[in-house]
Amino acid sequence: MSARDEILGAVRRSLHVAGNEAPRRAAVEARLAQAPAGVIPERGQGDARRRAATFKDEAARAQASLAEVADAADVPAEVARYLRENNLAATLRMGEDARLTAMPWGATALELSRGPSDGHDLNAVSAAFAAVAETGTLALVSGPDNPTTLNFLPDNHIVVVFADDLLGDTESVFAKLRAAYGVGAAPRTLNFITGPSRSADIEQTLLLGAHGPRRLHIVVVGAPGEADAAK
Amino acid sequence: MTVAVSTPRFKANVHEALHDERLQRALRHSDNFVARRASAVERLPEFDALRDSARAIKDHTLAHLDLYLEAYERKVSESGGNVHYARDAAEANAIVLGLCRERGAKAVTKGKSMISEEIGLNAALEAAGIAAIETDLGEYIIQLRGETPSHIIAPAIHVSRDDVEADFRRVHRDLPATRDLSQPEQLLGEARAILRDKFLSADVGITGANFLVAETGSSIIVTNEGNGDLTQILPRVHVVVASLEKIVPTLADAAQLLRVLARSATGQDMSVYTTLSTGPRRPGDVDGPEEYHVVLLDNGRSAMLGSEFEDMLRCIRCGACMNHCPVYHAIGGHAYGWVYPGPMGAVLTPSLIGVAEGGQLPNASTFCGRCEEVCPMRIPLPKMMRHWREREFERHLSPVAVRSGLGVWAFFAKRPALYRLSTDLMMRAMHLIGRARGRFSWLPFVGGWTRYRDLTAPQGATFQSRWRARSGSVQ
Repeated sequence: MSARDEILGAVRRSLHVAGNEAPRRAAVEARLAQAPAGVIPERGQGDARRRAATFKDEAARAQASLAEVADAADVPAEVARYLRENNLAATLRMGEDARLTAMPWGATALELSRGPSDGHDLNAVSAAFAAVAETGTLALVSGPDNPTTLNFLPDNHIVVVFADDLLGDTESVFAKLRAAYGVGAAPRTLNFITGPSRSADIEQTLLLGAHGPRRLHIVVVGAPGEADAAK
Repeated sequence: MTVAVSTPRFKANVHEALHDERLQRALRHSDNFVARRASAVERLPEFDALRDSARAIKDHTLAHLDLYLEAYERKVSESGGNVHYARDAAEANAIVLGLCRERGAKAVTKGKSMISEEIGLNAALEAAGIAAIETDLGEYIIQLRGETPSHIIAPAIHVSRDDVEADFRRVHRDLPATRDLSQPEQLLGEARAILRDKFLSADVGITGANFLVAETGSSIIVTNEGNGDLTQILPRVHVVVASLEKIVPTLADAAQLLRVLARSATGQDMSVYTTLSTGPRRPGDVDGPEEYHVVLLDNGRSAMLGSEFEDMLRCIRCGACMNHCPVYHAIGGHAYGWVYPGPMGAVLTPSLIGVAEGGQLPNASTFCGRCEEVCPMRIPLPKMMRHWREREFERHLSPVAVRSGLGVWAFFAKRPALYRLSTDLMMRAMHLIGRARGRFSWLPFVGGWTRYRDLTAPQGATFQSRWRARSGSVQ
């Protein structure tokens, strides 16, 4: 007998089932189809303005820095300012995300390059799929628009979040994922990122910049609540 | 091939650990976990409700595990990945080795995985001439030292900064001997630079999984360093090794468990990186692995289902039980002698390697109950340790002194009048003898106690007689 059949057989023997009981199958199918939400903490809830405030506080707790700009056109200047004020190189790598490539980067002195990282890029910018107010977390999805290597290899990672994508909780990100990719499907990689990389493996001393970025800078685009007000 | 087991030598291990001053110094750092968890829990009023939710999710999953495994497997295949089933450690190692060999892999990077420790994967790879590099900083340190993890989430908690510096100077020979490594930042920087090259040149990346999601066929890893992510996105092949009970039904269910995991482990609301991987590189992708494999390991889990140890399969490996355990704090993780230390190890080890080998561990408990109090999955760890003690006794595995001692106690306990009389006499006698100093530094038959601390002298009356007197006066 194959390992698979033997293991599934052993599981069924231990559970005293045959595997074809209708009520059990129905229970499993229902749960997979409905994906019931459990306990959602109050912390991340509220209207767009409150979610934006919570996100800002929680991101700061996770040692990310954050700036707010009114318009997508203001992003390049903010990124240039951030790199300059932290004495970082004036280079920047990004993917093919149209929201990013459409920004007026020519107005800055930044040296731009496109594509995934080979491990030699100092700075990268990505656009987030969504963000989670509850924990100050960014959600990024893989693909040519925002290659996953940009999230981990560069020393400094800048992530652009559009105010409309500031959600309350992880469950809302999964709901947005389902809407974008279909039920039961997911992008190859979904990264939830909460602050810059860190390690406490040497005598429990917390140090930033273990294997991933040493710095995480978040740029929130648009005023929170604009979308709500428009509705 | 599995990791060498020294659990049967548990008492000797404990003796050595208690007399190891470096270890005792290092263990003081583990106090940090307790305060961090407490403040994270305090900040989340819904924490206890989330624990109930998390427990219910795992109980439901375990009761339908066969069906969720099938659903998960279907989804992995749909997304272009492969699921391999392994009955035991040897089979799991053979599968991973086969994948590496067929692809001519020479260098392998690894994310932190307790399952890989359980099956002894590094040794198996090395024996086949494949260099497996641990990339989590703590795991990297202990790999250089030829050790095993002493904590499930802080594997090098027993190692001092000085030790790390000495190990780096010993192994990183290409770097100038005069370099300054006096600060932890410098040690981290050196490890980062060295491991960066390993990430970029590896042929296969091996990670564990915190959760496997049946809804989407995704594996989830939770890390702070980012090493797990570099391990799974840079090499051409990503192999996940995970045990059966990592399955959860849906992404929403995973979200519930994630809320209790990081808080219970490091006291963070969310670890820095929580990553879902679903199959290999898609058309149009410019990075990511070309192949995605999952090795699903049983190794004793299917037999725990439906038994009095089933609750243990809810464990999400946060380490809160060992962080709050007085015994773990006193002896560290290595004394437990196998892969899983602390209260969760005391329950899991006999299940996985047998009560004959691991039966001593459930005795390493004061039954203070803190492990169960802090367990995010509400696993009744003390109760299960008692189950193991009973099994050990039934199988005549307990030491002769314990068995004969229990026999003597049982003789008196079954004769209440005699029991009262003899304990009464004993307490009076001990009170008279110990009165002057108030304590004993030596007594016959209790050398195991008095070797490490004094025994307080009794006040002269037994609990039972004092209770009788007290109830009498109340009435």
